[in-house]
Amino acid sequence: MILARAHQATRRYGEVLALDRVDLTVRAGELVGLLGPNGAGKSTLINLLVGLRHPTTGRVELFGGDPRDPAARRALGVTPQETGLPGTLRVGEVVDFVSAHFPDPVPRAELLDRFGLAEQARRQTGGLSGGQRRRLAVALAFVGRPRLVILDEPTTGLDVAARRTLWEAIRAFHAEGGTVLLSSHYLEEVEALAQRVVVIGRGRVLADDTVAAIRGIVGVHRVSFVADELPDLPGVVATERTDGRTHLLTTDADQLVRDLVGAGVPFRDLEVRPTSLEEAFLAITDGDRAEAATATA
Amino acid sequence: MPLALVHARYQLLETVRIPVAVVGSAFFPAATMLFFVVPFAGDDAVGATYATAAMITFAVMSANIFQYGIGVAEDRNQPWDPYTRTLPAGPAVRFTGRILAGVVLTYLSMLPVVVIAAVATAARVSPVQLLLGALGVAVVSAPFTLLGLAIGYSLPSRAATVVAQVVFFPLAFGGGLLSGPDDAPGFVRTIAPYLPTRGAVELMWAAVTDRRPDPLALVMLGVWIVVLAGVAGWAYRRDQGRRFR
Repeated sequence: MILARAHQATRRYGEVLALDRVDLTVRAGELVGLLGPNGAGKSTLINLLVGLRHPTTGRVELFGGDPRDPAARRALGVTPQETGLPGTLRVGEVVDFVSAHFPDPVPRAELLDRFGLAEQARRQTGGLSGGQRRRLAVALAFVGRPRLVILDEPTTGLDVAARRTLWEAIRAFHAEGGTVLLSSHYLEEVEALAQRVVVIGRGRVLADDTVAAIRGIVGVHRVSFVADELPDLPGVVATERTDGRTHLLTTDADQLVRDLVGAGVPFRDLEVRPTSLEEAFLAITDGDRAEAATATA
Repeated sequence: MPLALVHARYQLLETVRIPVAVVGSAFFPAATMLFFVVPFAGDDAVGATYATAAMITFAVMSANIFQYGIGVAEDRNQPWDPYTRTLPAGPAVRFTGRILAGVVLTYLSMLPVVVIAAVATAARVSPVQLLLGALGVAVVSAPFTLLGLAIGYSLPSRAATVVAQVVFFPLAFGGGLLSGPDDAPGFVRTIAPYLPTRGAVELMWAAVTDRRPDPLALVMLGVWIVVLAGVAGWAYRRDQGRRFR
């Protein structure tokens, strides 16, 4: 069953193309990670899905309806940005306010207990620590017993312990059958939580698959060596030089080494190793940028 | 409890936690009342009643322009505002809640003027006139609520603060709120009927005295309400559609 869907969704802000014909489907029971650097379009896509904005062209659906229709958002849980909590309201009041919007909310005490905020119920949110505010913000996504929770960068700015607590809450919700879409620019986070990764860059979906498959598809290797001059080699997706070493990212390391030898350039200390998901991800993004650059040239 | 009331309740709760915000809009009219009306017209029952009604109009105007103009612009700055738009409640609920809270604060901000008038001046109204005056406040809130919303939804918060402050004094003075019904300076008498404040205060005067309101000012008040509703609606839709560039 499809809970959220974007179909050829495009969103422009004036001259800026924030999303470019994006397709995304989130099915019941999935835990999907939305991965991309800042400015890739993750937040714009999320804003479309939760009904804050409408696509310039294309379509978005939430529980089969238009996300801008309040009824379509009844089984949706969203988290506010931690800095956005009304500072003068008490923790319990904020929870009560959000609860009032749902037919069968989680009782306040139970929710606060689950997120380790029971003792802060009477504190004004402005007086909470950063970690407590973040936990309250995430707790609000679960007040209405949602079927789908959409979290935009839920652990940004959290210390390690608080991040683990939050991950546990997300995993527990998913284990009980809940569906989660979460955006992050932390690969660690997406790898730790998600089964499926959607990589977004420059407003487009670059890849949509399992964590393992993304690695497989990209298959990017890092070939590094020391050389004075670098010949022009085919199949290189990214080049960098650090501490006198040249690093080449390529999808076909064997062929690259053959070409390197064939070019007759002297080199030493050759090293070939698979990349981290982060490097793979940067390679797709950069590849996309190179492609876009040639397209506009 | 209906959702709109829930929204109104929390809106009020937020305001009340910073009481100076409430005091602010009540201060100017109450101070004007104390410094100018009480010593100069306090003993004259008719004059004091007119002046009290004018100061109530002033309080209603400043309460609404400030709380909506500045309040809405500030809320739009907070990430909490987009979050509440993801809750399963339509814009009508949030809007109604805000207006209800606004009405409560408006009545609160005019209370000092009423108390000062009753205690320290010869101003007198019959119970019926008092009731009519209370209803009149709700009616004359409309144009200033819309003006506040238009400012709040169309400007960033710093600009909104300045515009609200710049706009409210000329409206009060130009509309003749700071002078008696028939002894305003000449140029004020010329421009007053074309300002929403004049129609508003004419309505208030008609409610609490036996004065017949100036028809031109009332027609212009209607025109202002229509125009300001249009601008406020436009600003609201524009804001919901595109916030970021």
